[in-house]
Amino acid sequence: MKMYNAKQIIPGLIIFLGLITFPLWYNMGKAAPVPQPKLDTPAIQKLAQKQCVLPAAQMRTEHMQILNDWRTQVVRFDKRVYVAPDGKEYNMSLQNECMKCHSNKTQFCDACHNYAGLKLNSTPYCWTCHIAPKENK
Amino acid sequence: MESNRRSFLKVSGICALGLGALPVADALAKAALPNFLANPKELAGKKWAMVVDMKKCWEKSEKGCHDCINACHVFHNVPDIGTVKEEVKWIWQEHYENTFPGQTNEFNVENIKDKPFMNLCNHCTNPPCVRVCPTKATFKRADGIVMMDYHRCIGCRFCMAGCPYGSRSFNFRDPRPYIKTELNPTFPTRERGVVEKCNFCAERLAEGLMPSCVESCKNGALAFGDLEDPKSTVRKLLASHYTIVRKPELGTGPNVYYII
Repeated sequence: MKMYNAKQIIPGLIIFLGLITFPLWYNMGKAAPVPQPKLDTPAIQKLAQKQCVLPAAQMRTEHMQILNDWRTQVVRFDKRVYVAPDGKEYNMSLQNECMKCHSNKTQFCDACHNYAGLKLNSTPYCWTCHIAPKENK
Repeated sequence: MESNRRSFLKVSGICALGLGALPVADALAKAALPNFLANPKELAGKKWAMVVDMKKCWEKSEKGCHDCINACHVFHNVPDIGTVKEEVKWIWQEHYENTFPGQTNEFNVENIKDKPFMNLCNHCTNPPCVRVCPTKATFKRADGIVMMDYHRCIGCRFCMAGCPYGSRSFNFRDPRPYIKTELNPTFPTRERGVVEKCNFCAERLAEGLMPSCVESCKNGALAFGDLEDPKSTVRKLLASHYTIVRKPELGTGPNVYYII
């Protein structure tokens, strides 16, 4: 079998493959490090037992549903106190409860949200209305 | 399978037992669900209402002071856009003929000409804004407060068309740069593209506090309380004074009463 114009086609194919795989080999070995959200705020350091509303693993995977449920309970049903499985009571409020401990939004919320490609103030758009705590930068 | 009376009775007996166990299973399931409670400090009511005594309001100054407006707008991070078209307001002043149209005549208007009347959301018994909202972003709570869930508001402004009192304001632009005072960090702001209005300070009632307009009025012109409680201040005021409401002919059942 004879290939016509092989002189042009084969280098062309090689260049083409090189170009479309460019993102792969260009970023090779440069994976962004997995974020470590910082927990060393003064409020957290004062806690005797460093635990959030639920265990950390559960908070990591379920905080969005928890926030959604809290919003519904507070706004729709005027229920403002959350009783955690360990019996502790929390005021269901992003600004007045969550962010009192996690007062480092840029190092806590944003660290993971940016890593996951959630654009700042687009998804999740918490901070277009909710007021983030003041941080010492 | 052949069926006879004996096996039928057996099966129905087992079924009856199963039904009897249902409440037990329900109770067990409930115990496992997360618990949400009301704040124990909360001021509870069945039908919140306000009585505005305009005579007391004018006592100190003919033009009325702005204490209630300032207190409310600072607490709730209400922006001051500066133009009438894009104005955002929770509580504001209006002339008699605009507050009570249809209840005027040329002579009584003379007496109260140029006097300011305090206007706010009437938290209607039959709120038209709730009926027209396509997303249930605005709804009526069991205690009578017409609340908004800003998360759900899509900015269609049907509620603004529905409200006959002008109690609703639209955020035509990002309100943050127009909040001249320091932000209240305990309450959120709104964002561009949502409607906002007075919420009878639901977040303060939950902490056992009176609405900020009521608390800030030096003359005690604003009274807040439960209409279903015969001993409440509003019921006492309503029993001892002649009061009017805004646009009663529309059948919205406003819950802000005026002593004039």
